[in-house]
Amino acid sequence: MPVPEGVPGAPQQAQESEQARYVFAVGRRGAPLDAAAAGLTGPSGAPVRTVEGAGLGALVSDVPAGMYDEAGLKAQLEDMERLETLARSHHDVVAAAYEHTTVLPMRLATVYLGDGRVSEMLAERGAEFEALLSRLEGHVEWGVKVYADPREAAAGAAGESSGGAGTASGSPGRAYLQQRRRQRSTHRDTYRAAGAVAERVTELADGVATAKVAHRPQQGELAAGPGENITNDAYLVPASRSEDFKAAIGGIAEDVPGVRVELTGPWAPYSFATPPSSPQPHATGTAGDGS
Amino acid sequence: MSDSLAGRMGPSPNRAVPYGQQSSSANLADILERVLDKGVVIAGDIQINLLDIELLTIKLRLLVVSVDKAKEMGIDWWENDPSLSSRASAARSRQSGEALDGREGGNALAEENDRLRREIERLRSAAELPAGEEHADEGSASGGGSAAGQRPSGQRPSGQRSSGQRPSEKRAARGTADGDGARKRGR
Repeated sequence: MPVPEGVPGAPQQAQESEQARYVFAVGRRGAPLDAAAAGLTGPSGAPVRTVEGAGLGALVSDVPAGMYDEAGLKAQLEDMERLETLARSHHDVVAAAYEHTTVLPMRLATVYLGDGRVSEMLAERGAEFEALLSRLEGHVEWGVKVYADPREAAAGAAGESSGGAGTASGSPGRAYLQQRRRQRSTHRDTYRAAGAVAERVTELADGVATAKVAHRPQQGELAAGPGENITNDAYLVPASRSEDFKAAIGGIAEDVPGVRVELTGPWAPYSFATPPSSPQPHATGTAGDGS
Repeated sequence: MSDSLAGRMGPSPNRAVPYGQQSSSANLADILERVLDKGVVIAGDIQINLLDIELLTIKLRLLVVSVDKAKEMGIDWWENDPSLSSRASAARSRQSGEALDGREGGNALAEENDRLRREIERLRSAAELPAGEEHADEGSASGGGSAAGQRPSGQRPSGQRSSGQRPSEKRAARGTADGDGARKRGR
């Protein structure tokens, strides 16, 4: 893919209207950032390179402008397959870059018309980016999700109670109702247990992590695995303490039937790359109160 | 499914590979919630005011459950949690509109009371279903098929039955869960 500056004699405006700059992340200018860009490609196959400004560098890749104007973006984001491709491409670049140096991941589909505009943006937001980079330096993000799965708990409990249920069920209707009642109390118990696990996770994680952000529990068709996701939190953890964090959270729900804890990461600190001025409404502990 | 717990916990240590190794296998929902919802938000050159709305649509479609399915499974604890449910807060503000201002706590209590009362009514009518003779007959008859089929459909509405016939019906009719109870019986 030709870089506009590298094409002598070509009218600058025409070049820039054909190709836009997709910005993946921003870091401090320098060799580590250049090394991070090396070998990576963007969503349209163009190499990832750096655009500098105000002591910072943006990781960018050229993309066809037509695919990233309003209509083009809308089409990409509303098509599940294209959305997945773009999201994974964005994430892959961010993740690979984060192996080399601390970068701030940008929101998906942050697009500029030319390198000049990217440099301007870096200059405008330089102070804010510097502050965030200093804060996130040497940290990674871990995701912790707590799931309640009453069906699994019921399956475990069925073996114990089946003997008693057999003698009590005089009629099919009564047996059905007894079963419903058992299900209901298993539901309640499982959600209580999951709430307790979630509280314990918070306690233990807070001892290691430097910050926490609550995500909305995943409940859609993409939510992986059985059960209901009741908490979905992200923790900012010093990279040197990742092992401690995993050890603390790892086996926390092993003995709790119907409750599952899923640990993901390490991630680039997406959840902590937003300025602290926008606090998230927080639903800590609500899951445990479910009755 | 006893292995699912172990199965779920098992992969976690494996995921803790050197940074970046997990990216290709990372769960799409985990990626989307980060790249769509998090990260530094800066206004690019493409004006995406409209896109915010589209992104919201995507998030709702992909990351938020079909509420009906959750209810079907008996999961509804969020309904009374104002931080999780616009419906709960809507109901609350509706109530506070009827009552005096500054009584939100009382309204929440009243709402909870109503909910519990309906639940009790529902459980009571459900519990009496197998206890009553006629209902027991109905249960076995529906297994055989013939008796249930002969019952005239005109007798279904509870108001047409003689009041002495079904004490449980009367009790349910007095409660707020009348419709619910009738529906259960019609099963």
